Amino acid sequence: MERTNVTIDGTRIAVDKGTTVLQAALSAGIFIPALCSHPHLPSSRQVKPFQVVYRGTDKLRNDDSLREFEGCQLCLVKIDGMEGLPTACTTQVAEGMVARTNTPEIKQKRRENLEAMMSEHPGACLACDRKEECDPFRASIRKASVITGCEFCPNNSKCELQEVAAYVGISDSLPAYEYKGLPDVKTDPFFERNYNLCIACTRCVRACQEVRVNSALGLVFQNGAVVIGSKAPTLEESGCQFCGACVDVCPTGALTEWINKWDGVAERQVLSTCPYCGVGCQLELQIKRDRIIGVSPKGDGTVNQGQACVKGRFGVVEYVHHPDRLKVPYIRRGGGLEEATWEEALELVAERMGSYNPHEVAVISSAKCTNEENYVAQKFARAVLGTNNIDHCARL
Amino acid sequence: MAGLAASFGAGAMTNSIDEIGHARCILAIGTNTTYAHPVIGMKVKQASKNGARLIVANPREIELVSHADLWLQQNPGSDVALLMGMMRVIVDEGLCDRDFIEERCENYDAFTDSLKKFQLERVEEITGVPKDKIIEAARVYATDKPSTILYAMGITQHSHGTDNVIAIADLAMLTGNVGKPSTGVNPLRGQNNVQGACDMGALPNVFTGYQGVVDKEIRGKFEDAWGTYLPREPGLTLLEILDAAHRKQIKALYLIGENPILSDPDARHARESLKALDFFVVQDIFMSETAQLADVVLASATFAEKDGTFTNTDRRVQRVRKALEPVGDCKPDWWITCQIGQRMGRKGFDFGGPYQIMEEISRLTPSYGGITYERLGDGGIHWPCPTKDHPGTPILHTERFTRGKGRFIPLEYRPPAELPDDEYPLLLTTERSRYHFHTGTMTRKVRGLTALEGEGVVEINPKDASRLGISDGEMVKVVSRRGAVMARTKVTEVTPLKVVTMNFHFVESPTNQLTNPALDPVAKIPEFKVCAVRVEKI
Repeated sequence: MERTNVTIDGTRIAVDKGTTVLQAALSAGIFIPALCSHPHLPSSRQVKPFQVVYRGTDKLRNDDSLREFEGCQLCLVKIDGMEGLPTACTTQVAEGMVARTNTPEIKQKRRENLEAMMSEHPGACLACDRKEECDPFRASIRKASVITGCEFCPNNSKCELQEVAAYVGISDSLPAYEYKGLPDVKTDPFFERNYNLCIACTRCVRACQEVRVNSALGLVFQNGAVVIGSKAPTLEESGCQFCGACVDVCPTGALTEWINKWDGVAERQVLSTCPYCGVGCQLELQIKRDRIIGVSPKGDGTVNQGQACVKGRFGVVEYVHHPDRLKVPYIRRGGGLEEATWEEALELVAERMGSYNPHEVAVISSAKCTNEENYVAQKFARAVLGTNNIDHCARL
Repeated sequence: MAGLAASFGAGAMTNSIDEIGHARCILAIGTNTTYAHPVIGMKVKQASKNGARLIVANPREIELVSHADLWLQQNPGSDVALLMGMMRVIVDEGLCDRDFIEERCENYDAFTDSLKKFQLERVEEITGVPKDKIIEAARVYATDKPSTILYAMGITQHSHGTDNVIAIADLAMLTGNVGKPSTGVNPLRGQNNVQGACDMGALPNVFTGYQGVVDKEIRGKFEDAWGTYLPREPGLTLLEILDAAHRKQIKALYLIGENPILSDPDARHARESLKALDFFVVQDIFMSETAQLADVVLASATFAEKDGTFTNTDRRVQRVRKALEPVGDCKPDWWITCQIGQRMGRKGFDFGGPYQIMEEISRLTPSYGGITYERLGDGGIHWPCPTKDHPGTPILHTERFTRGKGRFIPLEYRPPAELPDDEYPLLLTTERSRYHFHTGTMTRKVRGLTALEGEGVVEINPKDASRLGISDGEMVKVVSRRGAVMARTKVTEVTPLKVVTMNFHFVESPTNQLTNPALDPVAKIPEFKVCAVRVEKI
């Protein structure tokens, strides 16, 4: 691959030909705020409108089929020898290009663009100088059904919009945000769609259409605005496969998982391998107070490239923490199984398994257990019981 | 696996999942991968969207059909005829890779002789696929290289499953689609660690890394390492173990993390077998249907509560990391088994943790020789990885086949063991759901998954339904020679005429009371994909 040299904010960077200025900056650790662009997604400019989208039972028609999505317009850069402020996500690097990301002109224009976006989003109180004082009230305000501001949003403190707003800076004199009462669709499994928090970045649409090659989510243009919705009134009718890719790329709280809605930020995350099928997706288990509160598919360099399926993404927490989990051993006494200590159970198993001839005993191991556990199981069958009667469910 | 071992010398995916996206042709046969392995399904759909030619061979109109360039709707159980038909076209039209066959393979002439019986008219009659489609599929697969083949249980779960796999291997060799990036023969494994359980020797005939128990030298190595004499005769397979228990020859069984009452064919027989045991130990995370029959139930930890490794379907060894303390007083499976071993007076079960077990595995297993927890870090390594400085092997058979030369094996078409007749006029095939896993022990605990799919249904074609006077959503009785099961109907054209489809995730409609335990003679896999049933109104 041909390499191209570019200078961004005084740093010389060599990248593959065809790389965008945004990708080049990110690769060198230079932050450029961007809300529609996402490393796992293709450019937002490719997305085409549906005829109709739904938000619950609300049906919204496209009224401008010629329009193209113009993106979030935050990743503006100044490039020597080029007119105006192009977006970094659509500008490809050229040999010897010199780009700047923080001129006064960029800062001004970027702030204006973000403020226009914020007037449509309840996070307008990001600009509030008293937001820290709201925190003690948060527990009670959570119970309100309407999300009105940053401290009262399930995505608070893990919100990309907050991060970008903090970086770009917002003036204190923002026009007041008015609650729009848009649909908050709570009838689908696993996650809700609160369109009051949607900033129309189209990431969810591209995750669904381009990455997952599905079309459950889409957009229409209506009265000059971009409106995101589903193909049919419910996600299931829309052909959604509940992979969660849309939730994972949403920069705000518009797409929020039920199970951890108010759990806030995880204390730690542990990288592990999905326990369901043979793909071996790499999952970051989000841990808080000794519980898994969520599962994030790991991105770069993994077999799953930041993706998972419905079982891995949404099907782990509830079985691991299910109240019916076995917590002690059981021994059959009389007719029924009764709780026992490990000492009793292990002694009984050792004594009874040792009382048969090798050809009278067998071990069935498990394709759900680890390599180490299967190794120990076959070693036990062969070296302790003296039998090769060991198998598992590979054939089923 | 046995089929691939005979043809190539190794029974595992030849290529890695990452390569699927770069294939120019993908043949997906006997796999509903968007349901069973959705992330692989996603990669197939992405490849198709980016211009790869996708050929889907499946009796059912699965989701991938809508993304396919070509759909071959073969009759269930006719895969050998379909593949032989394609190969006949490739040979007749001179589309084979002569150099590859000459340099890398053997037994080609005997194989081409066996193609003679597969005139396309006969193939069309057996498979129900129009011969024009077979010709087109053969041309696309043979010329749009690199071509990769993906398959799963739709190929292996037949009484002639080994033949099916051999036919796939023959097709790949014939066109030189082995040992190169984005080619190969790729069995997609259904369970997270089914590859690893096989690699670790949880099989009756091999130690770790497929080292045969009958091989004196190998056995000697393990006897030295474990300090004890080891049995030389291969043992019984899972279904043979249950049969032997039924005959009271097997008296005691230690069963870890399985639910044979729902997962095994002829499930009533499986239940009777377990009940006939003198002593039955079950180790599980839930009180499964099977655990309820046990004399002792040992409470084990989930993947989130222990350390270890899983080996995924493309032979990639990856870490499992302990994220939580085990719930209640449950214990990791390795700890429990080691405790029993120690209490039975054996040395060699006093491991300090899974990392020490992996040290012993890599010492005794050439293909895992270079695997350590340190090296696995945040990534994975594809076996074979014989030494500590070996990078791993994403693609097998690059220079030579594991067995030396790739072996062409002649084939004949054999019909399934049980086909519909007057008494049982419909063919039952089994599938898996996107929303549930195996016997539902884990997924049925998840509310959202149960909301999306809460019960097992029997899918029936609208024409069959109207002939039987059955409507969508009606409860019916499905009867085979082995049992009867009640289920709600789903009338859909996804399932072809005269074929009904069920999954086995739900204890309320235990499909495997119907299925046929007829085994493939080599791989000992039951014929889950074809048996004869009738559907009765109730």
